[in-house]
Amino acid sequence: MAIGSTLKDLFRDYRFTVAFIVLLFLVGLAIASFFSPYDPTIWYYAPRDLKPSNEYILGTDSRGQDIFWQATFAIRNSLIISVVAGLISRIIAVAVGLVAGYQGGRTDRVLMFISDGFLVIPLFLILVMLAMLIRDKMNIFNTGLLLAVFGWAWDARVLRAQVLSLREREFTKTAVLSGTPTLELVFKEYMPYITPLAFSTLINNMSWAIGMEMTLSIIGLTNMDIPTLGTNLKWALNYQAILMRRWNWILTPVVLSVLLFIALYWLSISISEYLDPRTRVQRVGGE
Amino acid sequence: MKQKDVVLRTENLKAHYVLDVPGGQKVVRAVDGVDLQIRRNEIYGIAGESGCGKSTLMKTLYAWINRPLRLVNGSVLYTKDGQEFDVYAVSKQELRRLRWQFIAYVPQGAMSIFNPVVKIKDTYQDFLSSHLRGKTVEEMFDIAKEHIEQLGLPASILEAYPHQLSGGMRQRVAIALAALLRPSVIFADEPTTALDVVVQRGVVQLLKDIQERLHNTIILVTHDMGVHANVTDRLAIMYAGRVIEEAATVEIFKKPLHPYTQFLINSLPQFGDTGERVSAPGQPPSLANLPSGCAFHPRCPKAMPICKQKVPESIVMGEHRVACWLHAEGGEAEHAANS
Amino acid sequence: MQPILETRNLTKVFHRGSLLARDRIVAVDNVTFSMQRGEVFTLAGESGCGKTTTARMILGFEQPTSGEIIYGKGEERWHPRVWFSQRIQAVFQNPFETFNPLRKVEGYLFETVNHYKLASSKAEAEELINSKLEAVGLSYGEVAGRYPSEFSGGQLQRISIARSLLVDPSVLIADEPVSMVDASIRMSIVNLFRRLRDELDMGILYITHDLATAYYLGGQIAIMFRGNTMEMGPVQEVLTNPRHPYTQLLRESIPEADPEKKWRGRISIAETEQEEYLREGCKFAGRCPQVMEICKKQVPELVDVDGVQVKCHLYVDRGSVHEEVS
Repeated sequence: MAIGSTLKDLFRDYRFTVAFIVLLFLVGLAIASFFSPYDPTIWYYAPRDLKPSNEYILGTDSRGQDIFWQATFAIRNSLIISVVAGLISRIIAVAVGLVAGYQGGRTDRVLMFISDGFLVIPLFLILVMLAMLIRDKMNIFNTGLLLAVFGWAWDARVLRAQVLSLREREFTKTAVLSGTPTLELVFKEYMPYITPLAFSTLINNMSWAIGMEMTLSIIGLTNMDIPTLGTNLKWALNYQAILMRRWNWILTPVVLSVLLFIALYWLSISISEYLDPRTRVQRVGGE
Repeated sequence: MKQKDVVLRTENLKAHYVLDVPGGQKVVRAVDGVDLQIRRNEIYGIAGESGCGKSTLMKTLYAWINRPLRLVNGSVLYTKDGQEFDVYAVSKQELRRLRWQFIAYVPQGAMSIFNPVVKIKDTYQDFLSSHLRGKTVEEMFDIAKEHIEQLGLPASILEAYPHQLSGGMRQRVAIALAALLRPSVIFADEPTTALDVVVQRGVVQLLKDIQERLHNTIILVTHDMGVHANVTDRLAIMYAGRVIEEAATVEIFKKPLHPYTQFLINSLPQFGDTGERVSAPGQPPSLANLPSGCAFHPRCPKAMPICKQKVPESIVMGEHRVACWLHAEGGEAEHAANS
Repeated sequence: MQPILETRNLTKVFHRGSLLARDRIVAVDNVTFSMQRGEVFTLAGESGCGKTTTARMILGFEQPTSGEIIYGKGEERWHPRVWFSQRIQAVFQNPFETFNPLRKVEGYLFETVNHYKLASSKAEAEELINSKLEAVGLSYGEVAGRYPSEFSGGQLQRISIARSLLVDPSVLIADEPVSMVDASIRMSIVNLFRRLRDELDMGILYITHDLATAYYLGGQIAIMFRGNTMEMGPVQEVLTNPRHPYTQLLRESIPEADPEKKWRGRISIAETEQEEYLREGCKFAGRCPQVMEICKKQVPELVDVDGVQVKCHLYVDRGSVHEEVS
């Protein structure tokens, strides 16, 4: 099948391979959270501020929790937030981009007006305001949803631009002359072009969502009871982990998030380069 | 023919594309053993259908080889001021100096020469300033204006943006730009493709004017035989990466020797003649998968056993060169015996 | 004979420029012609003369600013596109762009059969597709399961023609069908059009700037320049005896594949396309070797001269003014 050979080709790029392994590791950690012997919402179940040992792999923090198992929950929740945000924003972006691009005219103008509105609104202020108002009611899904609502506008334009250029290509005319109704045309003809674009923007959007969540956490605007990469970091900062040189506590979320960002970035560019036929050709035929 | 008449020559030139495909590598033999001797003060045409390798040949002669294209064999020797040198042996700096001042190249679809966000005059000035020192902006503008007007183009185009000009006009402006620094060799790659007859005539007229003015060499690559008939002095026919026939243009049209050339000439509709015209049977071969021996043998009505086995050498008959076993010693006889 | 396709005063105006300084470009200016079955009608002219815009309007890809397109027995235009596409089909210039490179070519063939309900089972559909492919010199076996990149330009063009033949159209619009096809295969495709015209009694609207193939196909011809029909009539007459200075220029500029017949004289193209479109009076006045003062101010009438219609001030008093069809 095409997938098999595609994967084989992708793995030739070291960036994809490394990113894949790192992500596999991180997802593994997230899955491990289901087997955690400790409940992350309970404090002081372990002695505080212990160094890494056989019993507590990464030691414990100032709240009496095992750092390792806390981290597994953190990565799980952060990934869920980013996946929710990414997927929902893709669905909105694709729908808006396709309709605006193909229909043109008034529909296009209205949709782009709305989309531009979302781009122009000072996102941060809105998020801060919302977060302040409904902080306690926020769970990971709501956070993902909130980020999705603000993450679709840019890519809707990108997808629309692609549709605009596809509309002018001759095979669109061939499809029309073959009697293809509009909806079917857009799906059958344009999807193969849209999907790679949507996919690479998905990964970028996921990165953005994680970063946004961490930022909001640091400022103290998310629900601190839910362990995420951001809240873990915030708790560590609250307890002066840097001053007290509790490296195991503060560095865990930092290292994990750095790994996650690099992996997502490398995944994104290796796939984009793979899909772009020009760079593919250039990679070969070298010395 | 005296050696000092030659401005460009190659021997057994080969340039291949090495491509990555699922399942390994694919080698496209775009230029597969080309011998050329191009002279001063002539318009030399290279004809052939799409996929015969002529554009790649151009790029190879101009030393514009980028991955995945590789120079596999042979050298490209130019003669400048009586000295012969290999364009692949010079330093990058020297090559940059040579380009546009000694050799100029007008690529297919000349639109790509122009920066779309600046006016034409800015591109011209940019050009001039990187090759001439000590001129002010006004002086360069005047040089550009005079050059354009001498070639019959309206001066108003200097103030326009590339997208405001029609395809044909852009092409002519690009050719004028190539001739700006009076190069000794100008390569024109399909300058008339996708242009209609009147504009095409304008482009060809421009090339002729430039050649008459500068007495230089113009190497014109196009598949349009009508254009070749109108402007070239000598013509080479390319098929599957090799030059299969070369002679004075008048000779090629009056007495084509290679069966492929014969098909090519005979299939062109002559005006006023509505008799049925026949094209060559079959399809041109893929350069990644060439037939054995002579690449034309699968389609050739006069093919002989030897054509399948050995690649024909170039047989020289005075000024007429052809790569076909029919014209080798005893070739005609063998063909008669076989048929 | 009842024409199969007619246009009357078909006009299309584009506005270029910003809110403050808009130019009015009349891309197609009152074009009137009629086509018969079993005949080739050529729309010839330079790129930018309005011939492609005319075709797009006939196919419904562009809305005319004014004028009519009448098909068959006088039915008005602007029926739903599907109905129209069953009578009028098209083949385009770039064979490599005609099909989506990411889809198999047969997809379009089956879609056409399904959308127009031309067969009731897959086997029947395959048979129909095969018969049309054979009509253009190919077969279903050669085409099945393959992507556009696996075919040559000539083959793709044939497949495109086969696709349009599936609905048994009465009119085929061919927009520069051979300009991007190799010279050695070009004639086989042009011969295919000849056969379609003769065997299927099809009306072919042939759009080109290659007058040699237009002559070869016979029929009628309309020479267009910057949106206007400059000369119109039987192709033999118009091309061997050109009356309009532009037709004469076109005729002379065809490069003969014969070094003994090179171009004589020079031409000058000193205006940009936009400037020519914005001219008052005759659009050709900037280039015309026989230009008069009146040409720069007034658009000439279309007059009938010996069976050929010419739009030129040189003929205004000679011929009879072309009667408007009422």
